[in-house]
Amino acid sequence: MIDKALPDSCDLAVIGAGPSGMAAAATAAALGLSTVLLDEQPAPGGQIYRGITETAAATRAALGADYRRGEALVEALVASKTKYSPGSSVFDVSPSGEIAFLAGGRTHLLAAKRILAATGGQERPFPIEGWTLPGVMTAGAAQTLLKQADLVPSGRVVLAGSGPLLWLLAAQILRAGGTISTILDTTPKANWRAALPHLPRFLASPYAAKGLALLARVRLSVKVVSGVTFLRASGGERLREVTYRCGSAEVTVAADALLLHQGVVPSLHMPDTLGCRILWNGEQRAFQPEADEWGATSVAHAAIAGDGAGIGGARSAARRGRLAAWDAAHRLGRIDRAERDRLASDDLAALQRDLAARRFLDVLYEPAAAFRAPTGDTIVCRCEEVRASKIEAAIAQGILGPNQLKFFMRCGMGPCQGRLCGLSVTEMFAQARGVSPAEIGHYRLRTPIKPVTVAEMASLPFGEHADKAVVRL
Amino acid sequence: MFRRFTDREQSNVTILVDGRPIVAKATDSVAAAMFAAGIAACRTTAVEDRPRGPYCMMGVCFDCLAVVDGIGSRQGCMTRVRDGMVVETQKGRREIGR
Repeated sequence: MIDKALPDSCDLAVIGAGPSGMAAAATAAALGLSTVLLDEQPAPGGQIYRGITETAAATRAALGADYRRGEALVEALVASKTKYSPGSSVFDVSPSGEIAFLAGGRTHLLAAKRILAATGGQERPFPIEGWTLPGVMTAGAAQTLLKQADLVPSGRVVLAGSGPLLWLLAAQILRAGGTISTILDTTPKANWRAALPHLPRFLASPYAAKGLALLARVRLSVKVVSGVTFLRASGGERLREVTYRCGSAEVTVAADALLLHQGVVPSLHMPDTLGCRILWNGEQRAFQPEADEWGATSVAHAAIAGDGAGIGGARSAARRGRLAAWDAAHRLGRIDRAERDRLASDDLAALQRDLAARRFLDVLYEPAAAFRAPTGDTIVCRCEEVRASKIEAAIAQGILGPNQLKFFMRCGMGPCQGRLCGLSVTEMFAQARGVSPAEIGHYRLRTPIKPVTVAEMASLPFGEHADKAVVRL
Repeated sequence: MFRRFTDREQSNVTILVDGRPIVAKATDSVAAAMFAAGIAACRTTAVEDRPRGPYCMMGVCFDCLAVVDGIGSRQGCMTRVRDGMVVETQKGRREIGR
């Protein structure tokens, strides 16, 4: 499966070895497409099935049954003829579809007839005062440490925010023998009314029973404070205390770890690099590439699958991966349209059902405005340490938008390239101007989308492309 | 801040963090190994010189940057430990030449 000598070209290049990328690669390879799977991590699984090929039995037990679904995806990938290249970071894709990636400290090029970005999502930025202190991290980060390193948070652990992952992580920490001091639930109570019309479809889905059981189990053993409207982390050199507001009361508790979460949003860097048109999804309050049910985007040779196409969860991601693979096989002439539709019918129906069921979660867990658009001393851009007050002043002065903010104060120009401040900045503009984030837009993203040294780029062998790069033919 | 709750069958490796030997599992990332050893901050920030530690553990926040084997601004959460690896906490902005 792991092939040191990758080809220079292939039919389908899949970027990302999470559920959608693994499912897509295995499906495409089975239909005879020469398929390359590039992934940044040293082992397959993506974030949701992180470490699936390496975890200890006790870790799997703590993570729960859903995590083990990743095993079948890995097995199918291993059994397929996919050329899988771990430790490979894609940092650029040319308009013609040539992929540049780093592996083993060298730059490699891969020309693909079609490219499938299965690059997933990331947690929505959660900018509160003190979120840059050591000891404050995302819920997903703590979950990654559980999966990859058998590490469970210890000491006084506070979870804060909203969304399914927060409760899942809580259950996993408890199963791993950890303790949680408090869960601070920031779900706005008003969201319940808006979410109610979507409740029947949710209750009819398998998510409901699982979710409710999870909530009940966690609430039984952990103190939960609901209706939290304000959060602050403090402590000087590292986290010492968490302050929260609930109603009119302000409470401060001692904390060794604060794990924040307020949902997951699609990663934009790869679709943007591919040149895909990006849209605002009002229901999920996030930007995402424009894509149809097959993952086809505004760029003829590029498709997108998984959470990168809009958040749908791990099972939908695998379905979207297969759909994109069948569509690729159709577009490359391996199967006709009728065959594609026949192969896809079950997954297509299940996908639509599951996405409809998830609307309830999207509406219920939409973060409060105050947690989307920070104010005052709160750091918005963690890399360049730009505070909200400075951005607020610039917006009041009539600055044009997120991109001009970069020129004025380097906001979004640090090593994370706007991944941790992009949405917050857009939300700040939108709230201040009373318009939809769709009208504000998002940062223009620039390649290389992963850090690469000049030496690594210079490691490319000389050839036609090198001449073209210099002569600009 | 973190403790191991089980012991996986992975060989141990030793890395040096600011000269101090740390035993890690072969499947650990640099950032995970540092957390397991009780180290929550891996650098000081480029602008305000404040302590900063890993935040996302999945390669998007770039807060886990450290000097690994003499090369600065390496993502600790994306870099696997290797026996004998030399890790230094990164002070302020990246220096020229590393």
